[in-house]
Amino acid sequence: MRFCRKPAGRAGQAAGGEDDGGDLAVQRKPARPGLGRERLLSLVLVAPSLVVFGMFIFWPLVRTFQLSTTGQDLFGRPNRQVGFANFSGVLHDPQFSQVLEVTAAYVLLTVIPSILFALVLALLLQSPLRGLRILRSAFAMPFAYSVAAASVVFAALFNPAIGIANYLVTSLGFAPVNWLTKPGTALLSIAITTVWMNVGYNMLVMLAGVGGVDEQLYEAARLDGAGTFRIARSITIPLITPSLFFLVVVDTIASLQSFGQIRLLTRGGPTGHTTTLVYWIYHTAFENGASDYGTGSAQAIVLLVVVIVITAVQFGILERKVFYR
Amino acid sequence: MSARAKSERAQPVSARAESERAQPVSARAKSGQARPVNARIVRVLALLLLAVLVLFPVYFTVVGSVMGPGDIASAPPSLYPHSLTFANYRGVFRAVPLGRQYLNSTLVAVLITLAQLTCAVLSAYAFVFLALPFRRTLFAVFLFTLMVPWESIIIPNFLFMADHQLRNTYLALVLPFLAGGFGTFLLRQSFRTFPVELRDAATLDGASHGRFLLTILLPLSRPALASVGIFVFLSAWNQFLWPLLITDSPQRQTLQIGLASLNDAEQANPGLIMAGVTLALLPTAALVAFGQRFLIRGLTAGAVR
Repeated sequence: MRFCRKPAGRAGQAAGGEDDGGDLAVQRKPARPGLGRERLLSLVLVAPSLVVFGMFIFWPLVRTFQLSTTGQDLFGRPNRQVGFANFSGVLHDPQFSQVLEVTAAYVLLTVIPSILFALVLALLLQSPLRGLRILRSAFAMPFAYSVAAASVVFAALFNPAIGIANYLVTSLGFAPVNWLTKPGTALLSIAITTVWMNVGYNMLVMLAGVGGVDEQLYEAARLDGAGTFRIARSITIPLITPSLFFLVVVDTIASLQSFGQIRLLTRGGPTGHTTTLVYWIYHTAFENGASDYGTGSAQAIVLLVVVIVITAVQFGILERKVFYR
Repeated sequence: MSARAKSERAQPVSARAESERAQPVSARAKSGQARPVNARIVRVLALLLLAVLVLFPVYFTVVGSVMGPGDIASAPPSLYPHSLTFANYRGVFRAVPLGRQYLNSTLVAVLITLAQLTCAVLSAYAFVFLALPFRRTLFAVFLFTLMVPWESIIIPNFLFMADHQLRNTYLALVLPFLAGGFGTFLLRQSFRTFPVELRDAATLDGASHGRFLLTILLPLSRPALASVGIFVFLSAWNQFLWPLLITDSPQRQTLQIGLASLNDAEQANPGLIMAGVTLALLPTAALVAFGQRFLIRGLTAGAVR
């Protein structure tokens, strides 16, 4: 489900560390009659998935590397080998450092607030309260919004003339802001949109983590005279670090892959101030019929490397601080 | 509180002395309660504040869709409708072929969901219940598919569709997503917890693989199937970049791209856009509201071990 910006990549990413083996079939005695047929059957059953993966993931992966060393004619048809020219073009492109900065800033501006926001919500929602179920469903609602739906709504909210954002700003006595066209606020506006979109999902994950904490620990803490904040700091948060870690990883990856909100709110502008890696690929290969597939593929490989490296680093650093039961 | 009231009512005459004596007790009782009560109030207020913050865009979507231009497209914007209108809902179908796009999105999402469920059930069955050769390697292959960002391989996929004249077809919209590692992963986890005794009993009764799968395993795995189904449907329904690249004729576009066109063409008409968003939200909002427990299971497949 790599097409889905949100859930799929997420569940899969965290799954990476899962064990293998222990499947029922492994424990069975070998050399049974009909084992050959069973093996054949099993291969037939995984074949449909493998064919799809081969055609639309593995072969395209190989093709991306091929295309990244290929030049093309004016219509985008690959026509000659250029070695690493596309890569050196990307690395020496004055926009490259800006793109990396924007991407990093965007990741920080979305991941940290998304997780803190959801953590506060989960802590507030953790103990019983009348109407809790309704509240939880309400907070989950942003999860129902597709990236297009959310972006289109926030485009209206950030509208400089008739949007609510400027209504609030001017009511407080400040000058109206051109949210989406000013370099200083464009990325922030997109980040706000993304954080809002993430809240529902992040809260659900966090609540599942909070729900898994042993109730006896709370009782023991209360008997020892611990207050609300002390319980949150010393019991809840340490015990839900697996959920926190999971969210850091999947939110970062989702953030690196964000596209729709940028396309719909700013189109990468003003002057590249919201052009992230993914939007850069789109801009180079597709926007306004650009058709520079060679350079786009080189950029795509940069994205691939960045995603894999960041995931590996996160697993390496964060996993050590995670408390597993 | 009530303790003091009672004591005052019980001995109204000896007022001063009594209340002086009662004071420490009632004060202690009060402070003993006061802390939790204050914490409750703070908690409820914080939740209400956050709810307003989180729900305002939702409110704006739905209420904006029934506001006339005088309300929604004015400065300062109106926060509530002065009169209800359904003109936006009529208008949005004229602005973009929304009915057709609704159908396209439904068809594409349903096809992808059914195909991914089928592929996932088959491969998860092979991983768990059959003597699959190269099991570890194959499982690594399935997991690897989840780590490759789709955006990094989108150019060759786009070129493949263009080369085979598949742009603006349903085939292009569904083909790359007919199988996914996520469903296999989640179903494999679910199948692995399946009681071995039941499996052995079925084998002893002479049930074939197909019979065991269809009459015993799948009915008992409904929650896991629902998780995968809801997940795949949501992500298919919400797809944006791929349909944007692969379709340019409005009749072949999905609802999400329709929303994008609405946003480009009807900037002066936010009510119309909100009507489109509200319609697009109906199926996903229903899934989030009613399928929450399945969602949580799918969401946290790797988070809570």
